[in-house]
Amino acid sequence: MIKILKYTLFDLLRSRSLLFYLAFYLAFTFGLFGLSADIQKVLISMMNVMLILVPLISTMLGVMYYYNSREFTELLLAQPIRRRDIFLGQFMGLSGSMAMALVVGVGLPFVWFGVGTSPFFVQFLILLGSGVVLTFIFCALAFFIALRNEDRIRGFGLAILVWLVFAIVYDGVFLLALALWSDYPLEKFALATSLLNPIDLSRILIMLQLDIAALMGFTGAVFKKFLGTALGSAVAVGVLVLWVLGPLAAIHAVAARKDF
Amino acid sequence: MIRIDQVSKSFGKLEVLKDISCTFEQQGRIVAILGPNGSGKTTLIKSILGMVLPDVGEISVVGQPIRGRWAYREAISYLPQIARFPDNLRVIELLRMVQDLRQQPAHPEQLIKRFGLTSHLHKRLSTLSGGTRQKVNLVLAFMYDTPLLILDEPTAGLDPVAIIQLKEMLGQAREKGKLVLLTTHIMPLVEELADEVVFLLDGRIKFRNSIEVLKHTFNAANVEQAIARLLLNSGNAHRSLDRVSSVVS
Repeated sequence: MIKILKYTLFDLLRSRSLLFYLAFYLAFTFGLFGLSADIQKVLISMMNVMLILVPLISTMLGVMYYYNSREFTELLLAQPIRRRDIFLGQFMGLSGSMAMALVVGVGLPFVWFGVGTSPFFVQFLILLGSGVVLTFIFCALAFFIALRNEDRIRGFGLAILVWLVFAIVYDGVFLLALALWSDYPLEKFALATSLLNPIDLSRILIMLQLDIAALMGFTGAVFKKFLGTALGSAVAVGVLVLWVLGPLAAIHAVAARKDF
Repeated sequence: MIRIDQVSKSFGKLEVLKDISCTFEQQGRIVAILGPNGSGKTTLIKSILGMVLPDVGEISVVGQPIRGRWAYREAISYLPQIARFPDNLRVIELLRMVQDLRQQPAHPEQLIKRFGLTSHLHKRLSTLSGGTRQKVNLVLAFMYDTPLLILDEPTAGLDPVAIIQLKEMLGQAREKGKLVLLTTHIMPLVEELADEVVFLLDGRIKFRNSIEVLKHTFNAANVEQAIARLLLNSGNAHRSLDRVSSVVS
């Protein structure tokens, strides 16, 4: 598996899409610091950007990488290598290097502008951590979609749909539901539905740490009220880990039964 | 060495392999798997490699059932039908990579010289012509000393000189006591090299025997004719005629 990971990294470093990804974050974060020296403000802006962008790029690159490396995969399948190792190695290579690009691209400017000595260091780490976890989740979802669909166009379509649902549609439907049934107590419903969306979950996780009630939104407030900051964070982290393990298990199951 | 036991496989509604049973025991033998397009040759080969998983039945290689296993592939060298490689790699990088992944003693140097690939070693695979790619494919398949050699249409895209090289290599493999399974549509090659023919039609084994018996059974002068008659004998006429043309062409 380590070797497959190695060659995946090798392959990705050549494709340059990863370098663009890194360069974008570097430029964007430095740009934000140019606009404002307030670390908390930059942190919140970065959170808003990352919560949309990380899932989008992860799903797109994930699907693209799977389809582009099909030849490589077929070559590997005929060799004495365990199937699980092939797909796990590719997944780790892709998501690992994307996570690295994110950590370096966002982390470097923050460190440059002194996040290490500011009171927001923990929040900064949580922002990076949730970015990394989102990368893993959406890469895994992308691999799963690509494995299930031989047709590239269909695969890309479904991947965009998944991103659209989690990043945009979900919140819209959620707000609509809250508005429609505003006469009923919806706290439990809100709590449950936000667990089902990893993007919401990451937002809540960061918000709980930032402690800005105004920006927390309904679910954040409910989370805090019901679970408190510590327990709420623990639940959010736990569910996020499940969000990584679930798609990974699905990849494993599909890969084990697939014909090539 | 290979034991295929009542194997069936469908892709959706299409039944590709229907209850196939056969064994390949003898070493130092070249077995040609023949059949019209879509008769299940590649699926059968990929099932042996564990790339396609049969719906029913069991395949054993070197005495062990292969389902869920992978280490048995150390005994197999495989030449895929279509030479598709990661495009942004150079030839030399691909060779090194496969060697690194497989960790078995490999001898590509002689083969590289034999096919005149030395000058192509530092080119990217995406820039190579179809025939050159197939040569790289052959180097990958022949560079290991494995008891089993599975070749899916090894002649595709090769020039006459390379085909002669290939024939020599196949002869050497037989002398070394390897078992070679190959599919091809080139009947003179079969006649010249194969010890035995397995003929697949619509996912079933229609015929399996030596070349002599094949020719004798169908009272034919050569393999081409024998296969054409075999096809005409099985199934209704107009459907078979389609297939005859695809086999003979």
